[in-house]
Amino acid sequence: MTTEFRHNVTLNLAKPNVRANFRKAMDGLMSRRLDQFPDKAELERLRTQSMAIRANALSKLPELLEQLETNLTRNGIHVHWAETPDEANHIVLAILQQHNAKSLIKGKSMVSEEMGMNHFLEGHGIDCLESDLGEFIIQLAQEPPSHIVAPAIHKSRQDVAKLFNEKFPDIPYTENIDELTQAARRILRDKFYAAPVGISGVNFAVAETGTLCLVENEGNGRMSTTVPKVHIAVTGIEKVVEKLSDVPPLLSILTRSATGQPITTYFNMISSPRKPGEKDGPEEVHLVLLDNGRSNIYSDPELLATLRCIRCGACMNHCPVYTRIGGHSYGTVYPGPIGIILEPQKAGLDVHGELTQASTLCGACGEVCPVRIPIPTLINRLRYDGVRKDASTTVGTGSRRKTGEAAAWKSWAWAASHPAIYNFGAKTATRLHGLFPSNMGAWTNVRSAPQLAEQTLHERLKAMGVDHE
Amino acid sequence: MSNARTNILSRLCQSSIQETPPQPSPYQGREQEKDDWDTAERVRRFTERMEAVRAEIHHASRTDWLDVLAEICKAKGLNNLLVAAETEWGSAIHAQAQRFPALKTYQQPIETWKSELFYGIDAAFTGTRGGIAETGTLILWPDAHEPRTMSLVPPIHIALLETDKLYTTFAEAMQAEGWVETGMPTNALLVSGPSKSADIEQTLAYGVHGPKELVVILV
Ligand code: SF4
Repeated sequence: MTTEFRHNVTLNLAKPNVRANFRKAMDGLMSRRLDQFPDKAELERLRTQSMAIRANALSKLPELLEQLETNLTRNGIHVHWAETPDEANHIVLAILQQHNAKSLIKGKSMVSEEMGMNHFLEGHGIDCLESDLGEFIIQLAQEPPSHIVAPAIHKSRQDVAKLFNEKFPDIPYTENIDELTQAARRILRDKFYAAPVGISGVNFAVAETGTLCLVENEGNGRMSTTVPKVHIAVTGIEKVVEKLSDVPPLLSILTRSATGQPITTYFNMISSPRKPGEKDGPEEVHLVLLDNGRSNIYSDPELLATLRCIRCGACMNHCPVYTRIGGHSYGTVYPGPIGIILEPQKAGLDVHGELTQASTLCGACGEVCPVRIPIPTLINRLRYDGVRKDASTTVGTGSRRKTGEAAAWKSWAWAASHPAIYNFGAKTATRLHGLFPSNMGAWTNVRSAPQLAEQTLHERLKAMGVDHE
Repeated sequence: MSNARTNILSRLCQSSIQETPPQPSPYQGREQEKDDWDTAERVRRFTERMEAVRAEIHHASRTDWLDVLAEICKAKGLNNLLVAAETEWGSAIHAQAQRFPALKTYQQPIETWKSELFYGIDAAFTGTRGGIAETGTLILWPDAHEPRTMSLVPPIHIALLETDKLYTTFAEAMQAEGWVETGMPTNALLVSGPSKSADIEQTLAYGVHGPKELVVILV
């Protein structure tokens, strides 16, 4: 059966330039990350510390969210709560309508992607413009992001040149990256000038001080949160940290893991709207806290680790599957290793359970994750949740169970625990090895069929004189 | 809406997270592990990091920094310079206005002169609250005199940093200055170079939305 996922994979594997673009970009990101951690022991210590900061915040999540709300409110920032993307979208829409705003400008926000915000608001006659260069490019191309940090990573400079030429025929054709960047600067400058509302995501929300932190290089995040009269930040409920002193270590490991930079150009810490006497900054600041399945993930002591994620993207940069099939194959907002554990938990294993197969369990993701999320273990756990018979809190538990497969494994388990039967079966199989089919459908299209040995391992060991049974 | 709040919080509170094994405390081993670099070393590291991201560094003293600034303005061919009149550094510049390009001040809220700010200002000069040597970073706490857009909208940002306010790490700066105790300002910023992007083919391009050039005068 060809599922949508398999269909996408086949499609993307057939595009040689997209694969080459990913390969080149991921190689670059991996080596730049490595350069940032010359001292392996320091890296491991930092990972442990960062894990502890995130785990500590999660262990007090309800209290910290309340503290965050209290402090933000005291600072003059409005806090809204949303259980679903739809609720979050309506909250944003209501704020826009209050201000009679017909357009908005956005800094990069994966949660807004999760909400399908642009689509929703455009349905209500509101113009949404992405201002992060990568997001701007893919918005022009009407494509979703293919990477959580570098959304247009699948595109080459030639692709971007063609796209700009098609959308802005007045600008002379160029494949020069500096010129393309300057063209985007000019176009977006006018938009920043005029936008009544700015939208951003949040990297860390500090409960202790009521501060929203944003990490970026371009300045579009600062523009979106400084120039328009109204700033709306959207974030998941898990982004909170307890103390301001939690921020420096997380910031450091985030930028080094993500893009191999010791720090990004801008680290923007927002604690209030414009105060009396101040001459710029938004007059109103809102924070929308989105649940969208996170509180359910939170209820499982093992799967909870998923929520430690700081969205650095290192797991996808190091994933052999992601690098080949590309970010668009997944068909979800978050691709790569974090995507295949997060998306099935949010949407349910019945919807995205197949994604848990998109891993070789090589372990690279778990090894690089700055907050030590045991991604391979969680992939296994979700694969199990998909086929188990008993209950678990994961949405869609058991939905991938197939009677035939379950019966086969059950017989296998039974045979393997009865030596006489197992030995008899193994011996019979080796004697009949000539009958083993060489055509095994999809498997043998691109591989040769496995060969059964003429003797069982037990027989050969016995012949060699090993006797440890 | 308040329903969402109650529902989310009650789901979180019901969870069995208490069963998770105890985690290491995030607050142990936080002590300053970096060797405490002396001022010269901090200046060296700061300069190295800043120059690696194409920021311009100029060294000056309390007596000649105005000359250095005047030189920079001339070299860049600035027609005007946005400078606060009220700050220590700003008033010194205004006092010798004839040496500089036309000096502009941020007297009114952005709404009243947005068009000039966006399209008519060549460069802005600001002070800084401090710096971070390890990462090559300026710490800015914009205020009514030096608003947030000064270090953001004009194509060139010239910042003055006193070397005795250069900390080794971000954590040290935050702690030494008691950010939690004094309370956070409307906006606190770390700026580590001119605006840049690597969104096209992971190739660095400078001057995306923020300043194309960052010039630091170290005093
Ligand atoms: S799971 Fe880990 S490696 Fe992947 S994005 Fe999140 S923090 Fe980064």
